[in-house]
Amino acid sequence: MSAVKGERAVPAPQAGHAATLNRRRLLNTRGWTFLLVLAAVAVGVPWLNATGALPDYAVSLVGKYLCFALLAIALDLLWGYCGILSLGHAAFFALGGYAMGMHLMREIGDRGVYANPDLPDFMVFLNWQELPWFWSGFDMFWFAALMALFVPGLLAFVFGWFAFRSRVTGVYLSIITQAMTYALMLAFFRNEMGFGGNNGLTDFKDVLGFDLASQETRTGLMVLSAIAVAIGFLICRAVVISKAGKVIVGIRDAESRMRFLGYRVEGYKLFVFVLSAMLAGLAGALYTPQVGIINPGEFSPANSIEVVIWVALGGRGTLVGAAIGAVIVAAAKTVLTGLFPEAWLFVLGGMFVFVTIFMPRGVLGVWDAMVDGMWQTRGMDPRERRLAS
Amino acid sequence: MLRVIRSVITCVGLLQMFMLVPAYGQTSGETSVRDEISQLAEADFDGIADVITSLAATGDPTVAPVLHALRAGDIYWRKSDQLVVRAEKIPKRMLRLLDPLTGAVIDEVKKRKVSKVKVNNTLRRTIDTALGNLTLRSPDRIVRLDAAAQLFKNRDPDTLPILDAALAAETDDDVAAAMREARAAILLQDAETSPSDARTAIEMMIERGDSDARNVLAGYAPKNAALSLAAEEGIATIDRSLRLWSYAQNVWQGLSLGSVLLLAAIGLAITFGVMGVINMAHGELVMIGAYTTFVVQEFIRTSAPYLFDMSLFIAAPLAFLTAGLVGICIERGVVRFLYGRPLETLLATWGVSLILQQAVRSIFGPNNREVGNPSFMSGAFELGGLTITWNRLWIILFALAVFVFLLFVMRRTMLGLQMRAVTQNRAMAANMGIRTGWVDAMTFGLGAGIAGLAGVALSQIDNVSPNLGQSYIVDSFMVVVFGGAGNLWGALAGAFTLGIANKFLEPFSGAVLAKVLVLIFIILFIQKRPRGLFALKGRAVEA
Repeated sequence: MSAVKGERAVPAPQAGHAATLNRRRLLNTRGWTFLLVLAAVAVGVPWLNATGALPDYAVSLVGKYLCFALLAIALDLLWGYCGILSLGHAAFFALGGYAMGMHLMREIGDRGVYANPDLPDFMVFLNWQELPWFWSGFDMFWFAALMALFVPGLLAFVFGWFAFRSRVTGVYLSIITQAMTYALMLAFFRNEMGFGGNNGLTDFKDVLGFDLASQETRTGLMVLSAIAVAIGFLICRAVVISKAGKVIVGIRDAESRMRFLGYRVEGYKLFVFVLSAMLAGLAGALYTPQVGIINPGEFSPANSIEVVIWVALGGRGTLVGAAIGAVIVAAAKTVLTGLFPEAWLFVLGGMFVFVTIFMPRGVLGVWDAMVDGMWQTRGMDPRERRLAS
Repeated sequence: MLRVIRSVITCVGLLQMFMLVPAYGQTSGETSVRDEISQLAEADFDGIADVITSLAATGDPTVAPVLHALRAGDIYWRKSDQLVVRAEKIPKRMLRLLDPLTGAVIDEVKKRKVSKVKVNNTLRRTIDTALGNLTLRSPDRIVRLDAAAQLFKNRDPDTLPILDAALAAETDDDVAAAMREARAAILLQDAETSPSDARTAIEMMIERGDSDARNVLAGYAPKNAALSLAAEEGIATIDRSLRLWSYAQNVWQGLSLGSVLLLAAIGLAITFGVMGVINMAHGELVMIGAYTTFVVQEFIRTSAPYLFDMSLFIAAPLAFLTAGLVGICIERGVVRFLYGRPLETLLATWGVSLILQQAVRSIFGPNNREVGNPSFMSGAFELGGLTITWNRLWIILFALAVFVFLLFVMRRTMLGLQMRAVTQNRAMAANMGIRTGWVDAMTFGLGAGIAGLAGVALSQIDNVSPNLGQSYIVDSFMVVVFGGAGNLWGALAGAFTLGIANKFLEPFSGAVLAKVLVLIFIILFIQKRPRGLFALKGRAVEA
């Protein structure tokens, strides 16, 4: 619809800069800084925890934020670079989480309340006689891990293939992605689906033999999440700086023009959509063991929209910004819902309004503008500086 | 329903008591009734059954309330003098003892001073039959109709003579018909009924054609092959008509759901269609309308209770204005800065929706608020095999009225003309001197006001809580996407199609899966027609 016109009204971060057209390095200064911060978190948080400066729960909390950061990076690749606003990205996240949750459920074995070696507790409770076919294979970790990537990827492929082929764009696409996650939420709430109904999957005991309740495992999962964020970031970064990345940005800014130039727009969009969904699935798979539960609430449309505000707040089309936004909002949520539960929705709602109206380029955009302003006062053209970096 | 009937019967019984008792005085009839009642003290189940039978045999309408009280377990006898009384609970574990016939207060005693006359299920059935017999001769035709229906349900062969006698004396055609049906049902209980009687009875059941009649026929097992064939055919006929009625019921419920969807979506169709603005706060504007109704009703309850039946007529314009004003504020305060950036508008209005939700939660509390139905909207009536509730019927009519009102505004008013001009070509409209900003604000206000009206209607059938809007937002978007944005007829067709599709799927798949299937259907549908059923054509699409 008016997506094309819309994007023109607010120049996206790189648009218009000569630097965009140059082939860029995989890691610029910002990228290196980001990776260094991640490394510092992965090393520093466990160390602070060991010295007693950080309480145990904070480690899991950081791990949770890192999962959100990965989810935000995945959405930023899709929205920030390809202009596809998915209001259903939490669905991919939750699917990944469910895949991992199913494995953890199987790992419980006969240590459940009903001590049934084959069936998870909720199935015994619902009088199921045998494991449904779609649960087979999830007793193997590698299979579950594969499914955590494959299932979201497949859903994104099927959904995207239909949507992009018939050129559903802009808000229409956003709305049907929202319908998708809503439909999944309703479906997963049903006991008959075989995914635990509204209680979801919980009471996990261990993963690959490591006790999930022990602090060492939690720390390990947190470090793994940090590594996953780094890998996700590098993958997205590699896509963005590649030639395909230029086409993708082109699609965001002028889709019909790219089509007329002879690019198969659908293919590029589908690639980005599936990659983004798989990264979201990975984030979900890491999230489930750290919070110890996955339930259909994760599919709720509100969750998906919250991911969008992470990206918007951090600054879309920057990858790093998305991660920063995720951590800021998630941390604010933790603090505020604890201190002033009434105020949280006001803050979140206000954030949506404020960011879209006053900070269309997010925190990183404001940062850039400040830095540029500083360089200008020193008499140097910010563009040149950026070229130089 | 049953409770209503019972209370009607009780009321009638009481009325009769007040009217008749002074006339009777201490007649011999009342004395014998009193004698029978006094037998209840210390009686075993068989004894109680005897009392019930002989009470029923008196044919005196004044015993009906006693039997009701006995069935409800309100009859006690005092341990000191074995006086049989009716008792009602009063605070501090005390009982107020009343005369079982006149209802005059006798005493107030501790619970342990009295003993309950206990009844079991067999006795309850006996009481029901006895009441049926008693009430068959009641002067009130409603009571008689009801008694006939009761006999139809129980189908007790023992009641046949009483029924025949009552039928012979009956003057009212409707009651007589009901009694004949009951008689036919009782006859069909017995495999030995003569073939000619059975045949008429079977025809009567087919004529009646509801599931009760079907059960009667299904329970009929004659030795005569021709008769059993007739009964089977009768069942098939009834099944066919029942299926038709169930389709009709589905359509009706679908229309009802569709009207709710239409109300929720039509305002959205305006903002989305005319302005291209995705208003995620639309559901919250609906909620504001519902809360306006609540506030109006609260005000009426405290200061002008006699206006209660008018409350919706007062609430509707107020809800329109309140939601419309909030809408205009949203447009001027937020949306205005984001024109041409639909995705950002979507996010900002989502933020507004969160703020509104929390604001309402902080002001009115997180719990459901009770909004009452005015008298003309409560209750139901039967139309053939359909049960139609008044509130659903009124909401359908209301939705259609709002739709016609909107059509009128769009087609026949200056504002509508300007709105359509702005939709078709914003720049050209501006050049022609239309204040597009003002039109935008008014359009948004109109859409929001309609949402407020939807809230008034929804308050009548749904819980009024801060989450009210959330539960409709995805559905109403589906209606707009399915019907095609910017076309009121699209919203109408979309809402009713989705409503009816939902209700037809529900019996096969359950409510939740039906919703999921409909969502999947829409996702597939929009592949085929990306701009909905009634798409705008021409350049306006790309604007």
